[in-house]
Amino acid sequence: MSEFFQQIINGLSLGSIYALIALGYTMVYGILKLINFAHGEVFMLGAYSGYFLASALGVERYSASGQSFPLGLALVVLLGAMALSALLGVTIEALAYRPVRSAPRLTPLITAIGASLFLQNAAVLLFTPNPRPYPPILREVRFTLGGVIVTNIKLAIFVVAIVLMIGLHQFVQRTWTGRAMRAVSMNMDAARLMGIDVNATIRATFAIGSALAAAGGILFGLDQITINPLMGVLTGLKAFVAAVLGGIGNIPGAVVGGLLIGLAEQLTAGYLSPDYRDAITFLILVVILVLKPEGLLGVVRQEKV
Amino acid sequence: MSEAVSAGTRAADLEVSGLQVLYGGIAAVKGVSFTVGRGEIVALIGANGAGKTSVLKAVIGLVPAAKGTVRLFGREANAIPTHRRTALGATLVPEGRAIFAGMSVRENLELGAFLKRDAATLGARFERVLRLFPRLGERLDQAGGTLSGGEQQMLAIGRALMGEPKLLLLDEPSLGLAPKLVAQIFASVVEIAKTGITILLVEQNTRLALETAHRAHVLVTGKIVLSGPCAELRSDPRIKAAYLGETL
Ligand SMILES: Nc1ncnc2c1ncn2[C@@H]1O[C@H](COP(=O)(O)OP(=O)(O)OP(=O)(O)O)[C@@H](O)[C@H]1O
Ligand SMILES: [Mg+2]
Repeated sequence: MSEFFQQIINGLSLGSIYALIALGYTMVYGILKLINFAHGEVFMLGAYSGYFLASALGVERYSASGQSFPLGLALVVLLGAMALSALLGVTIEALAYRPVRSAPRLTPLITAIGASLFLQNAAVLLFTPNPRPYPPILREVRFTLGGVIVTNIKLAIFVVAIVLMIGLHQFVQRTWTGRAMRAVSMNMDAARLMGIDVNATIRATFAIGSALAAAGGILFGLDQITINPLMGVLTGLKAFVAAVLGGIGNIPGAVVGGLLIGLAEQLTAGYLSPDYRDAITFLILVVILVLKPEGLLGVVRQEKV
Repeated sequence: MSEAVSAGTRAADLEVSGLQVLYGGIAAVKGVSFTVGRGEIVALIGANGAGKTSVLKAVIGLVPAAKGTVRLFGREANAIPTHRRTALGATLVPEGRAIFAGMSVRENLELGAFLKRDAATLGARFERVLRLFPRLGERLDQAGGTLSGGEQQMLAIGRALMGEPKLLLLDEPSLGLAPKLVAQIFASVVEIAKTGITILLVEQNTRLALETAHRAHVLVTGKIVLSGPCAELRSDPRIKAAYLGETL
């Protein structure tokens, strides 16, 4: 039984990382009906931003002297990487998507793949293809809870993800920018008629989604020990499946989808075989596309006027 | 039929001159000129496909003017994007209402105040809209998409009023409504005009439009073929001809 709970704990923490990334896919899709294929690379570059920020703040000195990195500095790393990635997301939107926004649907899809490949290769060039050990922004502390091993890192992943998701929910429901985002996703022209600056709203969407992906990248680095320039490919794809599973365009759906994919992956690895941990995600994708293409929480969309 | 005539006497909130709208090279609006003076109700009438919606969209900037100019409140607006034309004080209540279906009536109304969100006056505006359309007050928490057609029209107009526009562009507010509701909507248009808001009213209900507006223009296949004070047009036999799509 404790084995089962162990898998659940691991699944939820992995799943909350997927959820953070899935939010970016779903928010952008909700507004532009665009699958932002470069989002996995934003996640990867977020992890690298955290890596370099932590180095700049002297994380090695702390660990060499046996001290743990101060929590305040860890927060600076997190927020700094989120800010840098927000900037990156906005730049990708301006360069790769805005110029082709009124082109046929296939065009932005191709520029999205192009942006993704460009960023992957730029990262290989800049950072070398070799995996890097992630700096100990949080020093691991293990404790057992009724036979289940919990680390402070898994706990932190869960807490950070939940705080960010609640923050996003409040933002989208309560602020005027959040309302503008929902209005633009429902009816872009009607939003313009309300005086909403659609371009600024799209920028805000990319900024927020990218910041969340960066947080996911740092948490992923902490959880998986190493990062590499291609880490965004598979993880990005899984997070995308999570968004589809929850109902793409639906914010709570992305969270539910992310957690479910994380759980499915861990349970498969634990009880079936670790070889199937990636395959299960795509099995889920096929099943959901056949049985409920609009996703678990999605609604069948009416065509806009 | 020159329309610059009335512009001299009153400050014009809207001046359209030589407007052309193209869709993929095909002209839907072919050189339309008219003005709407401050406080006036001007009707734009014409059959299906005459180009009425296209004129309104060009006025608010949802489609570009291929030729000609749109001046709002004395300012050339061709290069101004839609959301900033709204900020200048012009608001379109579009054909089909464009309610935010997944949002409640209350949220829809609040979004109308996106640019005028100061809490001090927001409540008063809200009350004013609910007084104009009491039906909305009974349905504040209902999703906009589940309202009846008439209620959606009230919501669309109410939402526009939340932004305190100076110029209200209405695209077929009576479309698809039962006669009783049509009368109610037209009555509210008159009420709104009494508060000093300038109105450009696009309608196919020629009789009611001519009873409600001060002046009217008749649009046939992208051109204004007839203009004048409504009192005169009401008895003009050419109105009927235009409405049936015959050439004048
Ligand atoms: N997006 C578009 N693409 C191509 N053609 C268009 C487009 N929008 C309108 N048109 C064409 O332009 C012409 C004028 O259309 P418009 O909608 O302005 O007419 P309308 O007077 O508002 O008609 P209705 O009374 O039916 O609403 C029509 O022939 C229409 O088919
Ligand atoms: Mg029309």
